[in-house]
Amino acid sequence: MTKVSMTVNGKAVSAEAEGRTLLSAYLREGLGLTGTHVGCDTSQCGACVVHVDGKAVKSCTVFAMDVAGASVTTIEGMANPDGSLGVIQQAFQDHHGLQCGFCTPGMVMSSAALLAANPHPTEAEVRHGLEGNICRCTGYHNIVKAVLAASGQTVAAE
Amino acid sequence: MHNFDFVKPASLDEAVKALSAEGAQALSGGQTLMPTMKQRLAAPDVLVSLTGIAALKGVSGRAGASVTVGAATPHAVVAAEARAFYPALAALAGGIGDPAVRNRGTIGGSLANNDPAACYPAAVLASGATITTSRRDIAADDYFQGLFSTALEEGEIITGVTFPIPQKAAYVKFNQPASRFALTGVFVAKYADGVRVAVTGASNNGVFRWSDAEAALSADFSAGALAGLTVDDSEMIADLHGSAAYRANLVKVLTGRAVAAA
Repeated sequence: MTKVSMTVNGKAVSAEAEGRTLLSAYLREGLGLTGTHVGCDTSQCGACVVHVDGKAVKSCTVFAMDVAGASVTTIEGMANPDGSLGVIQQAFQDHHGLQCGFCTPGMVMSSAALLAANPHPTEAEVRHGLEGNICRCTGYHNIVKAVLAASGQTVAAE
Repeated sequence: MHNFDFVKPASLDEAVKALSAEGAQALSGGQTLMPTMKQRLAAPDVLVSLTGIAALKGVSGRAGASVTVGAATPHAVVAAEARAFYPALAALAGGIGDPAVRNRGTIGGSLANNDPAACYPAAVLASGATITTSRRDIAADDYFQGLFSTALEEGEIITGVTFPIPQKAAYVKFNQPASRFALTGVFVAKYADGVRVAVTGASNNGVFRWSDAEAALSADFSAGALAGLTVDDSEMIADLHGSAAYRANLVKVLTGRAVAAA
């Protein structure tokens, strides 16, 4: 085991890791940040998406040691400083963008990366941008609505 | 997965040295290697990460002449930065996997692995690109040697790929909807001295050039020029996603679409 250090949600952190320790395991087991979910562990479902130096990645398919020293943002870093929900999180609540909620951390992180690169996406761009995130409740329509709403666009009511 | 020693050299020389260790394996973006290791289909003793080597990253080019992509450049960067030089290459990079995969996966990793359904081999072969390694330059026609097989020798590291820029080109893939790999993908590139057509996802022997289509399109660069051609399905992949005949048909249909899109 080796001490691996990085910045997570703005704070300098370190935890023990082996070579094979995945970033998802480092966050969840090493740091206790269990908001990052592991769905498939095969890089298909996207529940584990976090940002590494501002880029969305699947944390189950990145070694913790490979991103030592990086700046990582997880779902725990998405709320406002006063603890209230961030804009994207609030939009997911307002538009019923989650059912069981398991995929939601990854959906929010992928949505945040999408909106950072493209602040006013079309519906098609949202769907394309969330291609790597699977919701097995199949609640995609409301997720897409939530992302469009978070970008400041008017979305049709139910 | 089995444990291993992780090393992350900052220079190519250090990486070459680290790879000479017994049981050492290069790691680029890891988007294929890591799932493979999780299934214990690969179990290296030492993993040598190449993503800390600045010299292996970036896109540079001369408009209308060539574009060079560093081996450890992620697909998302190629999609953004190669667009000005080679739009069809940038579009291909922007269609691999999904956004999170594109932020990690690299061109060097894709080529070293040579998955029979990967997208990049089609662009490299259709462009007659040159693969530069820690030891030499390898022409695309010599590089791909069948399923997961390449001209790379033990410990040899891809450092970059140089693409001559065609007059016209396009890549069209038919997605396998779950994995987003190419069920079949065709890259067509028209150069002053002729047309090259490379097909991925279809053959049991990996990426290949469809020479009949190249001859027909070199004489007449239109989808109609393919009308009389047939694709031999004897070497095509057959699985639950599509029969050999289905893939052979896709080769022809997608080549026509790529010509129309070029």
